[in-house]
Amino acid sequence: MAAVDHAHGHEHGHDGHGHHPTGLMRWVTTTNHKDIGSMYLWFSFAMFMVGGAMSLVIRAELFQPGLQVVSPAFYNQMITLHALIMVFGAIMPAFVGFANWMIPLQIGAPDMAFARMNNWSFWILPVAGSMLVGSMFVPGGASGTGWTLYPPLSIQMGMGMDMAIFGVHLLGMSSIMGSINIITTILNLRAPGMTLMKMPMFCWTWLITAYLLIAVMPVLAGAVTMLLTDRHFGTTFFDAAGGGDPVLFQHIFWFFGHPEVYIIALPAFGVISEVIPAFSRKPIFGYTSMVYAIASIAIISFFVWAHHMYTTGIPLTGQLYFMYATMLIAVPTGVKVFNWVATMWRGELTFETPMLFALGFLFLFTLGGFSGLVLSVTAVDIMLQDTYYVVAHFHYVMVAGAVFSAYAGAYYWLPKWTGHMYDETLGKAHFWLTLFFFNLTFFVQHFLGLAGMPRRIPDYALQFAEFNKLSSIGAFGLGLSQLLFLYVVIKCIKGGKKAEANVWGAPGLEWTVPSPAPYHTFEEPPVVK
Amino acid sequence: MNLTVYRLAKHLGAKMGSIGLFFALLPSLAMAKYEYNMEPPVSATGLSAYHLHNWMTMVCLVIFVVVFAVLGYSLYAHRKSVGHKAASFHENTLVELAWTIVPFLILIVIAVPATKALIAMKDTSEPDITIKVTGYQWKWGYDYLKGDGEGIKFISTLSTPQAQINGQEPKGENYLLEVDNPIVVPVNKKIRILTTANDVIHSWAMPAFAIKQDAVPGFIRDTAFRVEKEGTYRGQCSELCGKDHGFMPIVVEVVSDEKYAAWVEDQKKKMAAAAGDPNKVWTLDESKAYGEKVYATNCVACHQANGKGIPGAFKALDGSPIATGPKAEHISRVLNGKAGTAMAAFGKQLSDADIAAVITYERNSWSNKTGEVIQPSEIKAAR
Repeated sequence: MAAVDHAHGHEHGHDGHGHHPTGLMRWVTTTNHKDIGSMYLWFSFAMFMVGGAMSLVIRAELFQPGLQVVSPAFYNQMITLHALIMVFGAIMPAFVGFANWMIPLQIGAPDMAFARMNNWSFWILPVAGSMLVGSMFVPGGASGTGWTLYPPLSIQMGMGMDMAIFGVHLLGMSSIMGSINIITTILNLRAPGMTLMKMPMFCWTWLITAYLLIAVMPVLAGAVTMLLTDRHFGTTFFDAAGGGDPVLFQHIFWFFGHPEVYIIALPAFGVISEVIPAFSRKPIFGYTSMVYAIASIAIISFFVWAHHMYTTGIPLTGQLYFMYATMLIAVPTGVKVFNWVATMWRGELTFETPMLFALGFLFLFTLGGFSGLVLSVTAVDIMLQDTYYVVAHFHYVMVAGAVFSAYAGAYYWLPKWTGHMYDETLGKAHFWLTLFFFNLTFFVQHFLGLAGMPRRIPDYALQFAEFNKLSSIGAFGLGLSQLLFLYVVIKCIKGGKKAEANVWGAPGLEWTVPSPAPYHTFEEPPVVK
Repeated sequence: MNLTVYRLAKHLGAKMGSIGLFFALLPSLAMAKYEYNMEPPVSATGLSAYHLHNWMTMVCLVIFVVVFAVLGYSLYAHRKSVGHKAASFHENTLVELAWTIVPFLILIVIAVPATKALIAMKDTSEPDITIKVTGYQWKWGYDYLKGDGEGIKFISTLSTPQAQINGQEPKGENYLLEVDNPIVVPVNKKIRILTTANDVIHSWAMPAFAIKQDAVPGFIRDTAFRVEKEGTYRGQCSELCGKDHGFMPIVVEVVSDEKYAAWVEDQKKKMAAAAGDPNKVWTLDESKAYGEKVYATNCVACHQANGKGIPGAFKALDGSPIATGPKAEHISRVLNGKAGTAMAAFGKQLSDADIAAVITYERNSWSNKTGEVIQPSEIKAAR
């Protein structure tokens, strides 16, 4: 509550600062970017646990051949909700949480540009999350279509599907409002002297991500609205009998879906670009080329969507084009990896928990990038499409990419948020457990995919049994290890060694304010030289 | 890429999986069998894609090792704990140009064989036999449209007993990868597959031929293969198509020309026998007994053996207004299905005799006791 006391100190100086409600209403009505950032992060972790529990239901069923735990219909609901909750409920809000907390601190702004809209964009999330989770309990259960919601299967589903559609609409609204806020904040509220090209990399990645979100969330909203009208109002957008085409949905979905991959990956790159220089005690290598690389990745991501659809029957020329365009993404992605390596080269390296997670990210994300390159080649992809190889690939990108990066960021900024140092031993234990169990869970899935095991099946042939058993053991280990993180965070909030203003000796405006960051910061803009 | 590189890749690629050997050391699992790479496909186009994959994996592995060896050295030598002091450099235009251009060139080297392999794979011209494959929830329909065997058509469903799936019986060798009627094709002949679907999107996939083609309702897609080795090959539906997506395997038997000719002969006889006498009048017991079999292959997945369906998802037949009400409505529902639900139009899949029998069965099972016998002639009239 130190932050609140600080605010009271200003009671008479400024209008409103001291009059915010306390207790629950403080959180419901808050327009403070730090409060909202914290709420985003807690919400994200809660959803991470819910989505994680669902993945354990999946892995429990796949522990051995045969049907033991759930029915095939419920299994399909689990894979759908697991993905929707993890993508929209856990990963995206986690990085919005970082953005809320850190962007104003990094650019020297007193708050986000639209403080009330900020409150609104957060409070939509729990409603949308409840829609998704609640859809399990309506007649017919949740949508059993996979997160891709392909028609005509999604036309057959019960009202759980409609709840998923409205949930997606709400999540989209929240993301768009959040993005408008971030863009406006970055473009208008930077401290005097902070030009765009002096901005921390994390702000750059979010600026570009926010544009991606504004461009593609309406596309997803359009796609699911067309599903809704096909389901209930007699339109036939996706029904050949009425002149429509089921594959049209896939084109629209993946026009959203591929940039979505980078909406998740870019802020993760941003966090890594903060952590690696800090623990190398050296400025980031190739700042300008990093900015250009992010921008090119974002632009190319709009033109590669049909590589998710190589087996739908697009013509040869189309397949060739999408193959070449997709391979091209490897170039800017490679530039980023090389720049990170060059940043560490001849640095003064130490390996605290944030750095360990950043290195884990670099190692595993690169592996995920390589399996992505393999999948970009159409002739190979046709063999691997819809197998566990793809499942392994995107978990290397999403979990080892986004989640590892989120952990790197959380450990990096926890002292700034709480004013205490986290328990370094436990943090390191969390890292090594996560690294080991992550690979046990997902590395073996490459082999399952190569051996031909299709994804999204509740039961499998006997030759897939051994690797599935290993993967399930890994998944339970991975899940349990995350409880350790919760413990570390709570311990850090409650106490611990007092954190200095600049705990890591890193450059950046966020390290010029005390730890914990006071409730109001940069009421007078700092001057950046 | 030239052939030598490919041959090298073929050998090295299989070793990729040795990383996974680490896991094989876990004691309780040490004796189990592990597959680390794809089975080499049995068609020329498949084989070239397979070698392409192995070669690419090697290229990626080499780059990975080089980059992370550099990083590894840095992590070791440039530690603060050994007293290394940070340098201050933070850009170098030449280096940055190099690591933009070199990867680009590597990509071009990859793109050349990738293009060739794809063009070969997509060639579906001049087939010897054309077979239409229709995806149903949850089975496959095969229709020999052109070439030897023209006119043969049948439905292929999972033959693994439910007891094995539920763990009441030991699982057989081909658990979940076995069907009642496999598709049979001659060796060394070009087979063109046309895919379509009746309800939702399915995907006809055969790893051994390096083939995967979505089956989209209302549209026709195609793919082709020429298999060079006789044998039985197994695949699975590869696009989520509802609750029994994991239970609609594909089995292809590739046989010699003689065996194929014999199979065609046999199938034609069977089809003639199955057509039977359209004017035969069935008794209640006959019709119900046959209907039970039809029900078991076509209806049981949703409506369940006890006729209770799955509440909220699939309607019950036991005591339902349609299965106990006027028979015209019941016939129409089975023939035409119900739009917007998983209830398919079985008129397109089943014969008059099949539909008549299954309706008789449904109207006289569980608590349904209408006592009516539906005759094939009534179905014919209702079509």
